[in-house]
Amino acid sequence: MYQYDKYDQAMVDARVAEFREQAQRRLDGKLTEDQFKPLRLMNGLYLQLHAYMLRVAVPYGTLSSAQMHALADIATKYDRGYGHFTTRQNIQYNWIKLEDAADILADLAKVEMHAIQTSGNCIRNISSDHFAGASADELVDPRPYAELLRQWSSFHPEFMYLPRKFKIAVISSDTDRAAMRLHDIGINIVKNDAGEIGAAFYVGGGMGRTPMIAPLIREFVPLDQLVTYSEACLRVYNRYGRRDNKYKARIKILVHELGAEEYARQVEEEFAHLLDQGIEPPLAELERIKPYFADPAFEAGLPTQADESDPDFITWAHNNTNPHKAPGYTSAVISLKPVGGIPGDATAEQMHLMAQLAKEYSFDECRVMHTQNIVLPHVKIADLPALWRKLADAGLAAPNLDTIEDIIACPGLDYCSLANARSIPVSQQISERFAARGRTHELGQLKLKISGCINACGHHHAGHIGILGVDKKGTENYQLLLGGSEAEDVSLAKITGPGFDEPGIVDAVETVTDLYIAERQDGERFLDTYRRIGMAPFKEALYG
Amino acid sequence: MADLGTQGAAVQIRFRDDDLVDHAVVSMEDFAEQSNANAVRIEPGEDARALIPHLDQIALVEVNFPVFGDGRGYSAARILREAGFAGELRAVGDVLVDQLAIMRRCGFDAFAPDTPLDAADVETALATWPYDYQAAADDAVPIWNLRHG
Ligand code: SF4
Repeated sequence: MYQYDKYDQAMVDARVAEFREQAQRRLDGKLTEDQFKPLRLMNGLYLQLHAYMLRVAVPYGTLSSAQMHALADIATKYDRGYGHFTTRQNIQYNWIKLEDAADILADLAKVEMHAIQTSGNCIRNISSDHFAGASADELVDPRPYAELLRQWSSFHPEFMYLPRKFKIAVISSDTDRAAMRLHDIGINIVKNDAGEIGAAFYVGGGMGRTPMIAPLIREFVPLDQLVTYSEACLRVYNRYGRRDNKYKARIKILVHELGAEEYARQVEEEFAHLLDQGIEPPLAELERIKPYFADPAFEAGLPTQADESDPDFITWAHNNTNPHKAPGYTSAVISLKPVGGIPGDATAEQMHLMAQLAKEYSFDECRVMHTQNIVLPHVKIADLPALWRKLADAGLAAPNLDTIEDIIACPGLDYCSLANARSIPVSQQISERFAARGRTHELGQLKLKISGCINACGHHHAGHIGILGVDKKGTENYQLLLGGSEAEDVSLAKITGPGFDEPGIVDAVETVTDLYIAERQDGERFLDTYRRIGMAPFKEALYG
Repeated sequence: MADLGTQGAAVQIRFRDDDLVDHAVVSMEDFAEQSNANAVRIEPGEDARALIPHLDQIALVEVNFPVFGDGRGYSAARILREAGFAGELRAVGDVLVDQLAIMRRCGFDAFAPDTPLDAADVETALATWPYDYQAAADDAVPIWNLRHG
């Protein structure tokens, strides 16, 4: 894991001191809420429906057990005993008092964490593959590159007031687990024909009210030009991105309006200019960062099979693990989607337990997934039964990774002031319905995502099944979408037709899954069947 | 041709020893026609690069921030410094204390805020950051260069 040196620590400490002073000015009435707002937003502090919400950055989703313990302590000390893991691999606390905010940031700084740039129109926390450094299918660990870009983007003086927020994801695999092409910049670390490592840049993806899949802007950026090329991409956006309309201000609109080719040409021009400016970090910095992400001391000669005497264990182990590059190891997913629960929520006790299990079974490391679950990346296969038993005792062993119960849902009308409709109760009802009828595993991989409004924080466009909350004459209404994917087979979901009320949307999900079961051919996922037979039969079943 | 510029008196903070430019500040449009002007103002959306052929005759560039949230002026400033502009680069308009440090990093060396800033706040704001992560238009040595000598 990356560790701060005196420079990183000094920057975070400076930020805490600055914010403490700003918050004090606000509490003393020397700053109005209008004046304070941009300052608190730079520190991840939002004003929600009922209280302040604090969003804490988890760079590339990686946490040590000490950090996870600290997050649990914050939940106990300053919130109501729980936290919420988000679709950008961060954690947020929903019941924060302004008086406490600076103390929380100070507590975070003690474990090398912060809330810098988790809101505002700047470059946000950089996300990555949650199986980075573990997965059998990756080329290299993408996190050193993400860390380099974290440093570059932190307090970047030119890019603190962009037209709109800016999200970057870095992966290094043909399998996309980070929704890479639905980011403002998606980077895939690749190898070229000459066998050199470099970065493929996809620019202009995003969700929100105008979802777009990022086009490839440059096939290969050499590693000693990575920061300079990123800077060129951002500068073209900062200068020419639209500022007349908040809903057209994301880079996807610029790239779309210019065309990918013209945007790429302008970036090349800026890039050529910036190469002369000498802004690239020394390559030695990347070499300094890399050892922090080196493989832990994997043991050789481990058994590759666990004791499979318990059928419940078998179900969990088959669903919630991912093949590891080291023989005898696996990555185990802790589902934060108990049937009828709130997707992504964890209590302080659960966080402490996950931290302890990370220490005991996974080289002191865990990860936040963008699907709002937690990964223990490096678990001995032989340890799985013991791990599973401890998780099951704590209600953390739901065997539902990537199933219809593994729902992504935004906070919705229960917390969010922009919401049209509640997301959480709909997700609870769906998981309860399918679990009660024993249908979950029969349906196989089925990614269902719910947003409470068009801003799409719940990624509904990218769901095999998506649900979007809309406001229909003052009552909550839900549109159904089918056919989205955030993975390497990326696609945007389409609306089926007229919306449904709350009980109606749960029925509608059941209707489309029934049709899938009736129509599917060997080995097809819901998404595959939909792609083969198209929207019409689903419409017929829904509205017929 | 109107003088758009802030009067010298409105310049609250300045990191230069030379005299204030007391000529009229003209718009980019007028500058294109008025070849002897030596002070010009850039509005958001105007292309700072249009000035590059004329930099040796320009003593002052004002970059207007009509609202602090419009960050195009940061790129304009850096582009001018990257092109070697050594004259006064003045941020005018909705310039708040909390943006001073990053404006300095982008090459601004004079500030004419619509609302005068509290002197103590300015001092605190400019002393906040012990280091800088990345290169910009100032002479700060980025952290990654400090690390590797
Ligand atoms: S999608 Fe809408 S309702 Fe949900 S969290 Fe985002 S802004 Fe709020």
